[in-house]
Amino acid sequence: MNMIKVISANRAIAEAVKMCKPEVVPVFPITPQTTISEYLAQFVADGDLRAEYIMVESEHSSISAAVGASGAGVRTFTATSSQGLALMHEILFVAAGMRTPIVMGNANRALSAPLSIWNDQQDSISERDTGWMQFFAENAQEALDFVIQAYKISEDHEVLLPSMVCVDGFILTHTVEPVDIPSQEDVDKFLPPYEPISYLDPKDPMSLGTFTDPDYYMEARHDMEVAMEGAKDIIRRVNKEFEEVFGRKYNLVEKYKTEDAEIILVAMGSICGTIKTVIDRLREKGEKVGLLKVISYRPFPQEDIYEAVKGARRIAVLDKNISFGIGGVLFNEIKAKMDVDASGFILGLGGREVSPDDIIGIVEKTRNPTTETNQINWIGLKEEE
Amino acid sequence: MDIPEKEFLAPGHRACAGCGATIGVRLALKMLGENTVAVSATGCLEVITTPYPETSWKIPWIHVAFENAGAVASGVEKALKAQGKDDVTVVAFAGDGGTADIGLQSLSGAMERGHNLIYICYDNEAYMNTGVQRSGATPYGASTTTSPHGKESFGENKPKKNIPMIMAAHGVPYVATASISYPEDFMKKVQKAKEIEGPAYIHLHQPCTTGWGYDPSKTIELGRLAVETGSWLLYEIEEGEFKITYRPLERKPVNVYLEAQKRFKHLADEEKEKIQNYVDQVCAELKI
Repeated sequence: MNMIKVISANRAIAEAVKMCKPEVVPVFPITPQTTISEYLAQFVADGDLRAEYIMVESEHSSISAAVGASGAGVRTFTATSSQGLALMHEILFVAAGMRTPIVMGNANRALSAPLSIWNDQQDSISERDTGWMQFFAENAQEALDFVIQAYKISEDHEVLLPSMVCVDGFILTHTVEPVDIPSQEDVDKFLPPYEPISYLDPKDPMSLGTFTDPDYYMEARHDMEVAMEGAKDIIRRVNKEFEEVFGRKYNLVEKYKTEDAEIILVAMGSICGTIKTVIDRLREKGEKVGLLKVISYRPFPQEDIYEAVKGARRIAVLDKNISFGIGGVLFNEIKAKMDVDASGFILGLGGREVSPDDIIGIVEKTRNPTTETNQINWIGLKEEE
Repeated sequence: MDIPEKEFLAPGHRACAGCGATIGVRLALKMLGENTVAVSATGCLEVITTPYPETSWKIPWIHVAFENAGAVASGVEKALKAQGKDDVTVVAFAGDGGTADIGLQSLSGAMERGHNLIYICYDNEAYMNTGVQRSGATPYGASTTTSPHGKESFGENKPKKNIPMIMAAHGVPYVATASISYPEDFMKKVQKAKEIEGPAYIHLHQPCTTGWGYDPSKTIELGRLAVETGSWLLYEIEEGEFKITYRPLERKPVNVYLEAQKRFKHLADEEKEKIQNYVDQVCAELKI
């Protein structure tokens, strides 16, 4: 039986992980991810999760142990945030390159310096080139649903790339909301046991993570690109299968009142909740505004994005990150991939509050651009005194 | 001693003639047998044994990076345990760089957590894979490309970091030092490490023909000179009990070891004397 519980996104992730039954869970605490580590430790202590829980001494070791465990042929889970994700950076490439279908929860948090524990999305965005899939959740329900689907997507033999489920730090990790927790029976029906292809087996010895010369490296990278592009279809298929079992419908993107919209905002994560509220308000006044929520940041669903926004007069892309010297990453990727009239907005860095009024301001600026359309606009920046 | 004939490290790998590391790994695998999974840190061993699509490893093997052999082995061990494959031995091989320096944190974590695995450091006393740069395990007086001797330098000016004792301080059930030139002593220690439940650490001294500067035919001889002069000691610490496993009948002067290698050739008598005094002091404490 499924049941509704009022829980945080971190709890939702832990509940999802429990039902996906990973056999090895190496984790290291970091704010605001810590409670995921704690919930999982308790599940193991109570016998509710039959997993080897490894209390590693760093995030570098949590991802390294996860690669080792995945290499030995079992389903694994780890979680981190910010500095921890940055510390994993080197091994994120290895995990993807070795085609280990690890699933990781990432509590999105700003990167130092200055040190900040608060939310933005710089951490996972900065890992966009590692070969990991990245799914951004708007709320705790999505966090739970995305973890369950991430295993099925990552472990698909056509994909075999690791997944990151991203939840906005504090905004989602430390607030509670009603979440529909599925039954174990349904999760088992949806997610089959992990079947590794290449793994460490004394009965059939093979070498994993070998050294290559220029004759082979490029093909390995090309295979990864093919797998990442192909993952889009696998995600669509898994989304359908998920809907059949659990009734909740997902796609690579979510369109919210975009059909007739003249202005479309494009964003990722929890901010989409605020945007939807603002859109409802503006719609009441007859303003044709919509939201295109990017769920799958990697693989990058450019076709789906273009399809959704091409009819709009102008679009606004909201980034909780910045690539210095060029601006918001999502904005630049959209500009690079499609011919759209877009403005880019940097906001919410290091936990800076984004209010409904800020969103209304973005809509106004997008409708009546006073500067160059591709200029970077900073929202919520304090005026110099 | 019965030495198993079966080989688990195939010949034809890319090691230098006279490589000490591959001798050590070959001997260790003979004792560990086929029901073993090996983890390698980045380094000479990984590069020379696995040029894709070839591999020298006849047992399952995994490499992830330079500094994380301890953590990778931890994950492998737990995954095997989760699958009920408790009978499979997990062994990690890392050089002195991957052990004493960049991999120390990961190794310390693995030892402290009590994983059932064997970690063997093949110590050639410098970063040999990148071309002989100084490591924490480089001995006093050795000239390397980053601790070169010169008008104002006699080479490495710090003593070798004592990793086996740092491992012993973790309170693990088994710590040993060994040398490829004393194969029976080494292999007995590998056997013990295999049988012991919990983490075991073996620090294996292995001469490096290119890094130390000697004729490739002299690898075993150099390893012996290290031990016969008291420059490298063979001992084990079993459940906290320290035991010397080999005592030279008559300790040779350190000079015969130093003068056989290019890396020490530049040393003045004064520095050699310092090294001799240091060795004398350590050996006196241990009654060697």
